[in-house]
Amino acid sequence: MSNLLTVSPSPHVGTTQSVNKLMYGVVLSLVPAFLVSVYFFGAGALIVTLISIASCVVFESAIQRFILKSEVRISDGSAIVTGLLLAFNLPSNIPWWMIVIGALFAIGVGKMTYGGLGNNPFNPALVGRVFLLISFPVQMTSWPLPMVSRLQYTDATTGATPLGVLKEAVRNGETVTEVMKQLPDHMQLFLGQMGGSLGEVSAAALLLGFLWLLYKKIITWHIPVFIVTTVFVFTGILWMIDPSKNASPAFHILTGGVLLGAIYMATDLVTSPMTIPGMILFAIGIGVITVVIRVFGAYPEGVSFAILIMNAFVPLINKYLKPSRFGKEVKYV
Amino acid sequence: MLKTFTRGGIHPPEEKLSAHTSIQSLPLPAIAIIPVAQHLGAPAKIEINKGDVVKTGQLIARGDGFVSANVHASVSGKVVKIEDVTDVSGYRKPAVIIEVSGDDWLESIIRNEYLDSEIKLTGEEILARITESGIVGLGGATFPSQVKMTIPRGKKVDCLVINGVECEPYLTADHRLMIEKGAEILVGIELLKRAMNVNVAHIGIENNKPDAIRLMHNLVMSHKGIEVHALKIKYPQGAEKQLIKAILNREVPSGGLPVDVGVVAFNVGTVFAIYEAIQKNKPLFERIVTVTGKSLRQPANYKVRIGTPVSLLIQCAGGLPDNTGKIICGGPMMGKTLINADVPIVKGSSGILIIPSGESNRKPVQPCVRCAKCVSVCPMGLEPYLLMPLSEQKIYDRLETEHVMDCMECGSCSYICPANRPLLDFIRLGKLQVGKIIRSRK
Repeated sequence: MSNLLTVSPSPHVGTTQSVNKLMYGVVLSLVPAFLVSVYFFGAGALIVTLISIASCVVFESAIQRFILKSEVRISDGSAIVTGLLLAFNLPSNIPWWMIVIGALFAIGVGKMTYGGLGNNPFNPALVGRVFLLISFPVQMTSWPLPMVSRLQYTDATTGATPLGVLKEAVRNGETVTEVMKQLPDHMQLFLGQMGGSLGEVSAAALLLGFLWLLYKKIITWHIPVFIVTTVFVFTGILWMIDPSKNASPAFHILTGGVLLGAIYMATDLVTSPMTIPGMILFAIGIGVITVVIRVFGAYPEGVSFAILIMNAFVPLINKYLKPSRFGKEVKYV
Repeated sequence: MLKTFTRGGIHPPEEKLSAHTSIQSLPLPAIAIIPVAQHLGAPAKIEINKGDVVKTGQLIARGDGFVSANVHASVSGKVVKIEDVTDVSGYRKPAVIIEVSGDDWLESIIRNEYLDSEIKLTGEEILARITESGIVGLGGATFPSQVKMTIPRGKKVDCLVINGVECEPYLTADHRLMIEKGAEILVGIELLKRAMNVNVAHIGIENNKPDAIRLMHNLVMSHKGIEVHALKIKYPQGAEKQLIKAILNREVPSGGLPVDVGVVAFNVGTVFAIYEAIQKNKPLFERIVTVTGKSLRQPANYKVRIGTPVSLLIQCAGGLPDNTGKIICGGPMMGKTLINADVPIVKGSSGILIIPSGESNRKPVQPCVRCAKCVSVCPMGLEPYLLMPLSEQKIYDRLETEHVMDCMECGSCSYICPANRPLLDFIRLGKLQVGKIIRSRK
């Protein structure tokens, strides 16, 4: 034989799936939500998204090249996903330099300080978002109105989000039934015609992306379904106790970041648990904390905090909720 | 709903290229290289000398100890050398090298193909004949069959599981054997039932072999206590523990054997070898081998004498393609790569698989993104993502408490990993070290 043979241990075949395909699959699944966002918020959505992605990619490659002096692995697509998700968690009128700071914090502190892809305990995009929310509370909570000033960027006409209106009204002692009359109906909420972070508004587009992620087997259904169910049940109980003080469960799910968080932020492969029981516990925790912050806390919205808090529990969850081992406690007589 | 095992499993492309190619007899080699350590356990002791003339079927090495097996001449001719040769595992092991002349069989072997379904021997006689004939598990584990059939005191076996799953992609040797020798396999099962004093046997066949399932279904009608189970296609269903779980829903305890749940499992190839040993008085010196690969001209199933060099099989299947990058003995999931094609076929060789050079190298390794796919596919319920770094960092006590020894090396974790991480490589390394530590405690 003239040619040399390869000798390696088994297995000799492998999946066609790859980390890059997983990442670009997520990017592709976000396209519908992105298009809806550009439709409602216009130029701002486009500008914020592009700046966010570009900053994340530039910061990650710069850190890998100049600080870690390691191989530049931008092509794996994880920085693009972080950039896209960070943008989706920002209002479409946020000044460009704030996005750059948010991206630097998300990539630099949220991801690379821990060793880069696969090692970060917290979702980097949410780390960036929460950093901006604490640093620039005014700009991070002024929300452009949908379909109003689509050609403007930072000078777009703004208003409160449905959740913000609700919180304010409850604080002022108005009844929820009264407030609901001023807010968009459920169909408008489902399609995304409301103020909010640019990627979170359209439930329809996010659900389309969810189906794609399931079809491509990038995520499993457990985390999103259990978060939404927990929010639904918890808010449902409160609503049944006193509908004049609490919004309906459908309202809670269709507004704010529940769907974006449940489908994209909580399912982040790196920062979610490794077993199905672990994922379910993680998801229920996120659902409960979200509702507690929304209903009893100072902030109108609590999905980001809920996910980051539960991210911190993931190592503990992985330690105690192990897969069921073959032949562990089986006794056959 | 078809039966299957519950935890984990993967669906690699099946690629059963030779499923409809009948078994052909391979021509005899010019030189047969017969290793005396073809089975699990102690190597057999060589009982002939250089220069001896042997007949086909003659004993050349006797099993040494309880876990060992006899080895017979697979050809007739002159013993020209007794020396160490490189075998399938890549290690050098003692072998008897015979220069083939003619094909002169021992007179005691019945050389016809007639189905002999009359059972004349008693249980003890059957067991003695199986020991004498050097039968080992032909599914790949090569565990001596007489040892498996000796039930430890205090244990009771209530049924046999017959493995016709063949879940490895590409391989079709067991499939063809069931199609062409189904009736003989059933007689083999009856022999095992008598020898082990068991009344029930379950045959498991994956649903990608509908012709074999149909045929065996029809054949078992005339047998009492034998049932055929069509199983959902899922790798590694051919693993003993997974097969028993799939058919009987019994779970072999961690560190235990099938006998702990009242079962003994045999591969269909082994059962056929037992039929021939008892009914035809023929020791185990040939087996069915699939020669396959997408680049190979004529993928085929051959009846091959033990000791035949792999190169002869490849030559008969259309020759080694120019772009060959890897030659695998066994299937793509658990097979071993060969360092050259002069290695002889042994009792455990179920297939020869040719992989073109474009597909023979591994893809570059990326960081673990904790996607949990390795956890979800592990049929033993282990956490490969955790075991790999523990092994890398030599944290052996923790590896042991994470049950690394439960791993059966099916390769599902390495297969599914999107980051191409060499999970199984490191788990194997860890098992080796943990195994040493466990043995040193005794």
